[in-house]
Amino acid sequence: MISLENVSLKFEEEKGIVHILNDISITFEPGKLYVITGPNGGGKTSVAKVMMGIHNPSSGKIILDDQDITSCSISERAFKGVRYAFQNPPRFKGIDVKWFLKLANEAITEADISLILKKIGLCPEEYLERTVDAGLSGGEMKRMEIASVLLSKAKVAILDEPEAGVDLWGFEQLLNLIIQSHHKAIKRTTIIISHSEKFLKAADEIIVVANGKIQVRGNYAEIHPLIQEGINCRWRKVCLEEEKEDEIKCGR
Amino acid sequence: MKLNAVDERLLKEVAQLHTVPSGAYNIRKNGQLLERNSLPGINIFSKKDRSGIDVIVDPDIVNQSVHIPVILSEGGLDDLVYNTFEIGENSEVLIVAGCGIHNDSALQSKHDGIHEFYLRKGSKMRYVEKHYGEGEGTGERVLNPVTKIHIEEGATAELELVQIGGIDHTKRVTEVYIGERGRLVMNERLLTHKSQQAVSEVTVDLQGADSSGEVLSRSVAQEKSLQIFRISLIGRSRCKGHVACDSIIMDQADVRSQPELCAKNALAELTHEAAIGKLAGDQIIKLMTFGLSEEEAIRVLLDGYLK
Ligand SMILES: Nc1ncnc2c1ncn2[C@@H]1O[C@H](COP(=O)(O)OP(=O)(O)O)[C@@H](O)[C@H]1O
Ligand SMILES: [Mg+2]
Repeated sequence: MISLENVSLKFEEEKGIVHILNDISITFEPGKLYVITGPNGGGKTSVAKVMMGIHNPSSGKIILDDQDITSCSISERAFKGVRYAFQNPPRFKGIDVKWFLKLANEAITEADISLILKKIGLCPEEYLERTVDAGLSGGEMKRMEIASVLLSKAKVAILDEPEAGVDLWGFEQLLNLIIQSHHKAIKRTTIIISHSEKFLKAADEIIVVANGKIQVRGNYAEIHPLIQEGINCRWRKVCLEEEKEDEIKCGR
Repeated sequence: MKLNAVDERLLKEVAQLHTVPSGAYNIRKNGQLLERNSLPGINIFSKKDRSGIDVIVDPDIVNQSVHIPVILSEGGLDDLVYNTFEIGENSEVLIVAGCGIHNDSALQSKHDGIHEFYLRKGSKMRYVEKHYGEGEGTGERVLNPVTKIHIEEGATAELELVQIGGIDHTKRVTEVYIGERGRLVMNERLLTHKSQQAVSEVTVDLQGADSSGEVLSRSVAQEKSLQIFRISLIGRSRCKGHVACDSIIMDQADVRSQPELCAKNALAELTHEAAIGKLAGDQIIKLMTFGLSEEEAIRVLLDGYLK
């Protein structure tokens, strides 16, 4: 179980203070699958980074199983079982696929690595020795990134837009794998940041994050009708003129 | 062979030698010949007029190796050698050179190896040279290799030059002359720390038609160390040349990178890229999300980068 308690995040920039997250409180229960969705720039990745310890909240707390982990480092959180697959995974010069996945979980064997590669849609014979650098495509990098989280013993697995950049042919397979892995793992909390219909349908709960706030929560039936209308009109940051037009269109 | 523990470690570091090598070899210790082995078709002779050896590989000798490590285990040595290599037509050999210095004294230990290679028509050479230094003394460990390579028609040279810490001063001068359809691939790996200084000057002269040359240099400069790269490609015919100089700078280090392209023929295609930057923050963070500490993450990143 991981909770955010009144979490705010702001950055000080030249032009002044930018508020990224505003007073977010939410609990993610063990064994449940959550999908965070919402418009670009709404704050979804920031929520993930605050949980992983990549950003420190300017106020509020992060609680993992009744323990305050707000001041824990990224590595400490990883040890406690929080894992995060980046939206934009970095590339590594000279580190091959095998080494990379071993770093993600020291305990895994070569057979485990081959198996996860197959599941993720990458042929082990072809990929084991490839370096995780510019030689891999964006979609291949995404698959590796997801594999690195799925093969860990994550208590809390956060996947940031796992489907982005993945080809149409591998799409279904990858989404199924992520959903199945969630159900197989015991009491894992899975949090997927996504816009995919399939994930939205599979979720126990959907959370819409926009303008640095949780706008609405609920299941697919409750949320789906709101999303289209909401993202287009209410939740997207728009300049004033556009806002007026939108108000007319939406009849607000 | 009279090897002590220090000698064995040095040999392992510079030439991956755990036992006496299986091919031809010439092991030099503290300015003296320690052991030599010639093979049918690969002969090693001492030079008559100055210190150094001639390594003659006859034509059509394939799948053979020549190990020529140099070890210095005392301070106060100033070792200068001239080695000449002749790789016969259509031969394919691996040459493992390298110098290991153990210096516990306050005196400088220095080895300057002047190497000249002649790769005859259609031959292939892989040349691996590793520099390694250790010891508790304040005496400097200095290496100044000069390497000249003449690549004849259709011959190929692959060079792997590695120096990971341990050497206080290096000035490496490499000159390669490439004939028709000749090919060069040069990989350089360098790590400096403390107040070490390393200068690498490379000239690749693409003389023959359809010759090609590629120089790929990766380095890490830590603490107060200084690195200077001057890499120049000269295209004199229809040829292809590429230089990639990539450096990671840390702490208070100083890195200068000057790739130079010089075309003397309208059909020469020469390119270069040079980049100097710090270790990428997102790479460190990614590895920390796997549970590595920041220091461990940096070590893994540098290991991978210099591999
Ligand atoms: N390091 C940063 N410094 C300043 N602003 C940032 C930083 N990271 C993200 N932002 C801003 O925070 C907002 C939310 O970003 P993000 O959480 O990545 O959104 P999402 O994942 O929902 O698309 C965006 O407006 C983005 O520009
Ligand atoms: Mg995002």
